[in-house]
Amino acid sequence: MVFNVLLYTSLFVFISGLIYKISTWFSWKIGFSSRGISKSERLIAAFKGMIRVIFSAKILILFKVFILDVMCQKRILKEDFLRWAMHMLIYTGFVLLLLMHALDKHITSFLFSEYYSTLNPFLFLRNFFGMMVIAGLAIAIYRRFILKVPRLKTNSMDYYAIIILAVIMISGFFLEATKITSFSDFERMVEEFSDVDEKEDVRALESLWVHEFGTVSPDLKEPFELKLLEHGREIHEANCATCHSSAKYAFAGYAVAKIINPIALLLDRAGSSNILWYIHFIACFFGLAYLPFSKMFHIIAGPISLLANAVMEKERSHPANIATRQVMELDACTHCGTCSLRCSSAVAFDALDNENILPSEKMVSLKSLIAGKKLSSKDLKAVQEGIYLCTNCDRCTVVCPVGINLKELWLNVREDLIQKGYPEPLLLSPFSFVRGLNRYDIPADEYYKPVEAAKQAVAGRFDSLIKQSPLILKGGGIEEFNQLSGDNTFSYCFSCNNCTSVCPVVSSFDNPEEALGLLPHQIMRCLGLGLIEMASGASMIWDCLTCYQCQEHCPQNVNVTDLFFGLKNLAIKNVKKA
Amino acid sequence: MIKYALFLGCNIPARVSQYEDSSRAILKNLGVELIEIRDFSCCGYPLRNIDQKAYILSSAKNLALAEKKGLSILTLCKCCFGSLKKAEYLLKEDSDLRQDINQALAGNGLKYEGNITVKHLLSVLYHDVGINAIKGSLSGSYKDLRIATHYGCHALRPSRITRFDDPVAPTIFDELVEITGAVSVDWPKKLECCGAPLTGINDDISIGLTKKKVSDAKKSGADYLCTACPFCHLQFDFLQKRIISNNGNGEHLAPILYPQLLGLCMGIDKETLGIGMNLNGLMVEKIDPPASPEQGNKKTKSIEYGSRWRAGRSDSNNHKSTIINQQSKKLLHGK
Repeated sequence: MVFNVLLYTSLFVFISGLIYKISTWFSWKIGFSSRGISKSERLIAAFKGMIRVIFSAKILILFKVFILDVMCQKRILKEDFLRWAMHMLIYTGFVLLLLMHALDKHITSFLFSEYYSTLNPFLFLRNFFGMMVIAGLAIAIYRRFILKVPRLKTNSMDYYAIIILAVIMISGFFLEATKITSFSDFERMVEEFSDVDEKEDVRALESLWVHEFGTVSPDLKEPFELKLLEHGREIHEANCATCHSSAKYAFAGYAVAKIINPIALLLDRAGSSNILWYIHFIACFFGLAYLPFSKMFHIIAGPISLLANAVMEKERSHPANIATRQVMELDACTHCGTCSLRCSSAVAFDALDNENILPSEKMVSLKSLIAGKKLSSKDLKAVQEGIYLCTNCDRCTVVCPVGINLKELWLNVREDLIQKGYPEPLLLSPFSFVRGLNRYDIPADEYYKPVEAAKQAVAGRFDSLIKQSPLILKGGGIEEFNQLSGDNTFSYCFSCNNCTSVCPVVSSFDNPEEALGLLPHQIMRCLGLGLIEMASGASMIWDCLTCYQCQEHCPQNVNVTDLFFGLKNLAIKNVKKA
Repeated sequence: MIKYALFLGCNIPARVSQYEDSSRAILKNLGVELIEIRDFSCCGYPLRNIDQKAYILSSAKNLALAEKKGLSILTLCKCCFGSLKKAEYLLKEDSDLRQDINQALAGNGLKYEGNITVKHLLSVLYHDVGINAIKGSLSGSYKDLRIATHYGCHALRPSRITRFDDPVAPTIFDELVEITGAVSVDWPKKLECCGAPLTGINDDISIGLTKKKVSDAKKSGADYLCTACPFCHLQFDFLQKRIISNNGNGEHLAPILYPQLLGLCMGIDKETLGIGMNLNGLMVEKIDPPASPEQGNKKTKSIEYGSRWRAGRSDSNNHKSTIINQQSKKLLHGK
């Protein structure tokens, strides 16, 4: 009764969760590209897209990807053998247990008329598959907590996944062990299924079961007389053997039974096998009900991501389908950290201490962002910085085991964030190169807006400074000055204007002072006078090509370009502080 | 045998893979062994505007990885080259910085002692392989081909640190081009910036510089701009093409990567060199080097009535470039 109620409740929650999650793939907006596309358009486009793929040669690609990438996990194997072994053990072990053991009434007994869970090969296989999962879990724990794979972060979802699987497996084995040792079960079985009545016969059978099947009896202890055992075996053959293979084949459960042997009678009297049975199936049902909301949802979204990405092309696919796919991909992410391990910009994470620089952590933040969770301004700034601090090397996309097209996701989400979010100083660095290459794909006014905002943020104080009179000279003693005076070559400047006259940026303008605020030689003079704020506010430093013409041509060996770098670093630090 | 750790950086694998392919092909012919270090990551170049320490740490990690293998680094990108060189220099000069950085690297089981160096592809070809060895590997040479060499700022300057060539009157790129029989034209803007560092930051300046360089090289009679850096190449290739298609600027000059130019003279096929991946249509007959003197004569002829041939050719070229355009757009952002 309890079993059925819980089973149907969890099934109901699972199915409703599934429907809800899949509906979010069509309803949640993601990034720049999903703007102006309605839910129904996305649904229709997805349906049409699927039909078109199924009735084309692309179906062969799907077939191939399903075998190689979904079933055999080729993409994980290419990256890391240990991880592949871990995942294969857990997933094949669990699937086989599900089919053979959990669904035995519907599948196994239907296929094999002689099926009994206590008979070989099923008895042995159940233990074997279970041990596969346990071995996989052991590797998972080893990788996360002992080997400490670089940049592999463990969050609550990862703990949950390990814990729920561990509870299911361990409760299963303990359940089997308590059943093996249980004397009350032995008595009940003899009563129900045998025609053994004679006290002597029961004693003989019981002796054999204590001797060979791990049963723990309150009265009978080893050693037994050989004759008694042989008599027991005769009764066993006649009554029990058709349904019971030797418990030793349940190698894991039998081993646990041997371990709990000293307290087995106590456990039996306390009805522990009953308790363990509840724990076992409630854990299974909880896992099922919670699956759509947990990391385990990748069981469904992962293969869909692999298949969708195998047949979708940016140029050909409907923008509505790309938006749908990108929301779905957030569910496919298993937080395995492969992208972060291979990320080209990841070193910046060590230096700047923003987790969002790591692609795997960006995915976690994006999940909450897309779900409409309000982030604090500090968190939002961190996400924005993390998403922009990317060299677009596309390695994450190449290595992702579930085939998520991360490079497109970043570009899409990045554009949306910088349009709506805070001014992002990173826009004023070569991280903008790829955005610049694609400038014609973005409407002109939207293209310039975030860059202008960033310039305003870093150079904002320049205007007020220049109006200030008299200028306040600030020299040694302040922290910023000390940092820059590490490279105090500016003090050699005698204003010969060489730097300014060779600068290709200066010569790009008819009226460079107006466009650039200060010219290179003026900036060097500013530094000489201690007007650091003024120097770091000039837009010249942001419009610097870093071509080093000025520095190369300086007769006084002033490190003009390098000082510009120093000033830029300072300005960004100030923006971050503010 | 000359042996280097190949440093690809971020742009080449994602957007200019023909540079990697052609470089590997010519270096193989010249007996330079390239070792792959998978843990190489960004050189730190884009971080230089943001945070000096983050930049140096990124560079130092790569230097340390190469040092662990006992190999010097060969870079194809001039911005990677400049950044790694600068980091190498600072880490050598400043022992406090080195200690600081090594402390941070220790977490990854790495340290950098300054026992290896960083070289750009052109330096390796010029200094390590040598002009004569390269000449010996050629199977043909160009006639009537005029090349404008684009040196690239971050290789040349600051010369005290990069030690690439004379910063005011450099010659190694020109000499390397002239081995192929092509003429390296003299052009006033040869040593100027391509504009790439400001792409996405101040596009007016960046595009202005690109256009100026293109028109200057064209005025000087060049058939191609020769590059040896993915940033410069993307600026002259991808971006130039898009500027033209959006603004209809008639002036246009296709870039060719140096290893592509050299590779053709070695008789390496165009597919291997990824000639078709350059988006700006190359006048293929111009860069097809004659395999032998007799064939060379025939080739000259084909150039004579080249215009007719070109008409047919440009069709197939367009077709090719649309395919490639799609491929490359896939890598880039589009809406």
